Amino acid sequence: MHVVIGLEVHVQLLTRTKLFCGCSTEFGLPPNTATCPVCCGLPGTLPVMNEHAFQLAMKAALALHCSIARYTKWDRKNYFYPDLPKNYQISQYDLPFSNEGWLDIETSAGPKKVGILRAHLEEDAGKMLHDEAGAGGDSLVDLNRTGTPLLEIVSHPEMETAEQARAYLEKIRELLRGIEVSDCEMQEGSLRCDANVNVHVPQVDGTFVATPIVEIKNLNSIRNVERAIAHEIDRQLNELKENVGKEWRIDESKTSVFGDRKVRRLEFKNKDGAWVPVSKTTAGFDDRFGRTEIQRRKEEASDYRYFPDPDLVPAIVSEEQIARVKGKLGELPEHQLARLRSQYGLSEYDADILVRNGRPFVGFFEAATEVCGDAKEAANWATNDVLSLLKARNETVVEFPITGHKLGEFLAEIKKRKLNKQRAREVFAEMLESGSHAVAAIGKLGIQSVADEGQLLEMVQRAIASNAKAVADFKKGKVKAADAIKGFVMRETKGQADTEVLQRLVLEELAKAP
Amino acid sequence: MAITPNEVRWIARELARLDLSDAEVEDLARDLTKIVGYVDQLQEAKTDGVEPLAHPLELSNVFRPDNPQPSLPVDQALANAPLRKGDFYAVPGVFE
Ligand SMILES: [Zn+2]
Repeated sequence: MHVVIGLEVHVQLLTRTKLFCGCSTEFGLPPNTATCPVCCGLPGTLPVMNEHAFQLAMKAALALHCSIARYTKWDRKNYFYPDLPKNYQISQYDLPFSNEGWLDIETSAGPKKVGILRAHLEEDAGKMLHDEAGAGGDSLVDLNRTGTPLLEIVSHPEMETAEQARAYLEKIRELLRGIEVSDCEMQEGSLRCDANVNVHVPQVDGTFVATPIVEIKNLNSIRNVERAIAHEIDRQLNELKENVGKEWRIDESKTSVFGDRKVRRLEFKNKDGAWVPVSKTTAGFDDRFGRTEIQRRKEEASDYRYFPDPDLVPAIVSEEQIARVKGKLGELPEHQLARLRSQYGLSEYDADILVRNGRPFVGFFEAATEVCGDAKEAANWATNDVLSLLKARNETVVEFPITGHKLGEFLAEIKKRKLNKQRAREVFAEMLESGSHAVAAIGKLGIQSVADEGQLLEMVQRAIASNAKAVADFKKGKVKAADAIKGFVMRETKGQADTEVLQRLVLEELAKAP
Repeated sequence: MAITPNEVRWIARELARLDLSDAEVEDLARDLTKIVGYVDQLQEAKTDGVEPLAHPLELSNVFRPDNPQPSLPVDQALANAPLRKGDFYAVPGVFE
């Protein structure tokens, strides 16, 4: 059996304004406060293309190894839905601005190259809120998102497992964050995915039966993409078993070619009694039950009546323009990963987390390393404390009060003063709270310069000399008696001694005591 | 090629969301047949070696900078809404 998966990914481009008007694209604005006559589709308005959106789209297409069309135009895709005020979406049909690229992915089955059919620009629709009670109440429409620039990236149907689909999406996210084309936040809808899935089941004559393609729409997390595909494969195999020889029959009259396979289609009897192909259909994914829900199969294919948008003129792209955008691409994530490993000696794991969180995050790490000179420690703090704080505070690294430079100063300072992890975290929290530098935060917390090992040793020796009873108890086998010695030193240092060093010194000195 | 009344009904209902009387369907079928006939006639023109025209204007590369402009106040944006609920357009229930 072969599984065939193709993905259509929509990413929101990092522009300040919409694709054809000056309305803001900011996420989370109050409903219907970022619309204008252009994006509401009022008569007599004229859309004008956002140049930055076009540049970002080109950057993404080049990073996906696509070839850029020298001549590209915009088309209207016509359909009715309440979230589409113009009753058409401005998209690209027969002359998209980029074609035929690829993406290298890595899965447990090894590396794989996934072909990309095309990437094109289009505008987003609005957002609808449905009556959750299902009581037939009105649906509500917010048009803020209408006209937001999207890049649609269509893969070839070349993925064969749900794991590959996940790896492909993760790679797209890493790449587009890395080159700062999109923030790819699935929760905020800036990365969305539709998955086309079907199965080729081998027959005794060497051909394969293809189950009807199902397009699973609007998957909102990478995990759900993987779950939905896994569920859909099972569902299609069951449906095939249940229907063949009853509602469905295999079209024995002809085969089509898919790679090196000969594939047969399934047919069903329509209402006029004629055998016709079972058509492609769409499905939603129910997160709660982890299953795909098939929507009604339509006999006629959708008819979008694409035609060129007369309001928008074509774009002609020159070689110089392509070269200029290529020049601005900078370091691609795959190259960055290799460099972080060789230049800083980072583990693949650490380098991967840094790269995956985008170029500003890598910059943050590199600034910290430059100041403190300890890449390992900088990577540790960046990928653990800083990342979980960013998540909790819902901030990007650019908004984070502690810059890479400040993190570097902090790391240098805690190393110099031999602060233990707990103390270091207190200093870090103070820096975060007050926005101050490490030295100021340490001063404010009243942390004294901590004794070095020589001073600690002297204190331990003093403690042993003045705690004869504890020493005697320890010698009798009461291991806990050592705590008295440690407590003495901790009091002397106001709790700032490095616990590991202290533990070692206490045990060494107790062993030497008569 | 003749456009049948059934095709007109399908186009009106599914693609244009128009509710037509039987008399209107008959009229439109006749009109559309004439239009399609005219296009068929145009199709006979020899176009070998002629580049397809994607846009009638000789213009290209009209862009605007990515600078935010003021949007409509919500009351003005919703002024034409047939039905408003809070700050939303309200439409007959749609189930996904
Ligand atoms: Zn607008």
